Amino acid sequence: MGTNVSLEENFQTYVDGENKIEPKDWMPEKYRKTLIRQISQHAHSEIIGMQPEANWITRAPSLRAKLILLAKVQDEAGHGLYLYSAAETLGESREKMISDLQSGKAKYSSIFNYPTPSWADMGTIGWLVDGAAIQNQVMLTRTSYGPYARAMVKICKEESFHQRQGYEVVMKLAQGTPEQKAMAQESLNRWWWPSLMMFGPSDDESPNSAQSMKWKIKRKSNDTLRQEFVDKTVPQVEYLGLTVPDADLKWNEARGHYDFGVINWDEFYDVIQGNGPCNKERIAHHVEAHEEGAWVREAANAFAQKQAQRKKNTGAAA
Amino acid sequence: MTGGWLAGKKSQFTQEEALKEYFTFLADDALILGQQLSRWCSKGPVLEQDIAIINTSLDHIGRARLLYQELAKLEGNGATEDTLAYLRDHQEFRNALLLEQPNGHWGDSVVRSFFIDTFNFFLYDGLRQCEHLVLAGIAEKSVKEIAYQAQWSAEWVIRLGDGTEESHQKVQNSIDDLWMWTGELFEKHPVFETLGSGFVDFSTLKTQWLEKVALVLETATLQMPDSELWMQTGGRLGVHTAHLGFILAEMQSLPRTHPNASW
Repeated sequence: MGTNVSLEENFQTYVDGENKIEPKDWMPEKYRKTLIRQISQHAHSEIIGMQPEANWITRAPSLRAKLILLAKVQDEAGHGLYLYSAAETLGESREKMISDLQSGKAKYSSIFNYPTPSWADMGTIGWLVDGAAIQNQVMLTRTSYGPYARAMVKICKEESFHQRQGYEVVMKLAQGTPEQKAMAQESLNRWWWPSLMMFGPSDDESPNSAQSMKWKIKRKSNDTLRQEFVDKTVPQVEYLGLTVPDADLKWNEARGHYDFGVINWDEFYDVIQGNGPCNKERIAHHVEAHEEGAWVREAANAFAQKQAQRKKNTGAAA
Repeated sequence: MTGGWLAGKKSQFTQEEALKEYFTFLADDALILGQQLSRWCSKGPVLEQDIAIINTSLDHIGRARLLYQELAKLEGNGATEDTLAYLRDHQEFRNALLLEQPNGHWGDSVVRSFFIDTFNFFLYDGLRQCEHLVLAGIAEKSVKEIAYQAQWSAEWVIRLGDGTEESHQKVQNSIDDLWMWTGELFEKHPVFETLGSGFVDFSTLKTQWLEKVALVLETATLQMPDSELWMQTGGRLGVHTAHLGFILAEMQSLPRTHPNASW
């Protein structure tokens, strides 16, 4: 017990000194568990997040837009892959993570439980959802766990690119025909509040935050990140000639920030608990693809084993 | 071409018409295949292969754009890559019927890709020497991507053929079912004669294609269907299966709903 305390103290001193923790370093079990939870949740968000956008690939209105969207969703699959690998360095297998996702034990970002009925959503998601994600992820490039921090550096570069592409889609709509502009506004109305919810509960309601801040897994509080996002995004909305769907939004000179209305936390918790419009659909889609692919994975494994055996036989004969 | 369901189709082409027709064959093949493959996004059997198949879709759509951009110049009258992709109806499309066949399961999609990738490899390899310099340039760029695609799909045919009993049976069925759409790839079309030897005549690729396919199927322990079986035809003349109508309805819905919009 005494040794344990001192290991933990050493760990904290090491983290306080802005050193990165690497896979083979000693770490408190709870630190490891927190990271597995967070990184796998992040990976699942990338993977489930492919669905609302893949929904529009076959209907993208220009070949250029189709190519950009396809490349973007492919990037997300790639992010999922790095993040699963980062979580594997902590001793969790990909099979386990996928099974936790499918059973509902592991969560993913609730924002992907909203539907994408409009092409404008392809712009709004890039602009607001990726924008909110970047706000969080830039902080994570300095997170204390080395493999996670390094994965975030690469992911952030691509996410910034996606955000610009998303903004470009919305800009074309906002500057297009009246129908296109209405499409952009309707989409903004649906995504604005769920985007603010992406930063998670208010600081006084956030159960895991304090310990994560102490371990430097998290470096800024939910409310700080949310405020930064609002301050950055409101001028972009104004530039487009669109309206933020919040009657209480106004610049507060004294604070040097925008004040904004109250988030509907009932909706937030409802969607997390599985009552969003697409929770069931997203998991069912993932399960279906996984089950339909079972015979393919089995075939690939069987073939790899045969090949290994053949190689061994050839080696023995030689 | 008279006396059957392909009656009334054009059989005489000027040099200019033949060139446009040739570009349309290539561009429509690339677009329809790319569009079909993109449906796999988020549905692959394993994440790495989801990424791989999206990659091939990206290549096909990227190549389609280059080809349509050149075709738009030949067409004039304000044509663009997007008017060509989004504002033509089924009878104006010239893709091979093979490409509009449904994705089916992983084995069906892999076999469809294997048949066309192998064809494309010989075709684009030949087009590097095309007398049309823009097309030769597109071929030079594309042939590297196509070589990768052809390797990827051939490897999957082998893996499924020589995998489990179930996968062997499934992929053999895919081959048998899709076989009747392959003959069309090598049909003699009047435009090849009009364009002359500076372009690849698709019918000259059949021997190489059959040899390569036979080799891969043998490695995969699969049976090759008889190359003289009855083959379907029509795509190069604009006579399609009902699948194309749905593909276009979905793909073209936004530009057709908002005819004055730009995206």
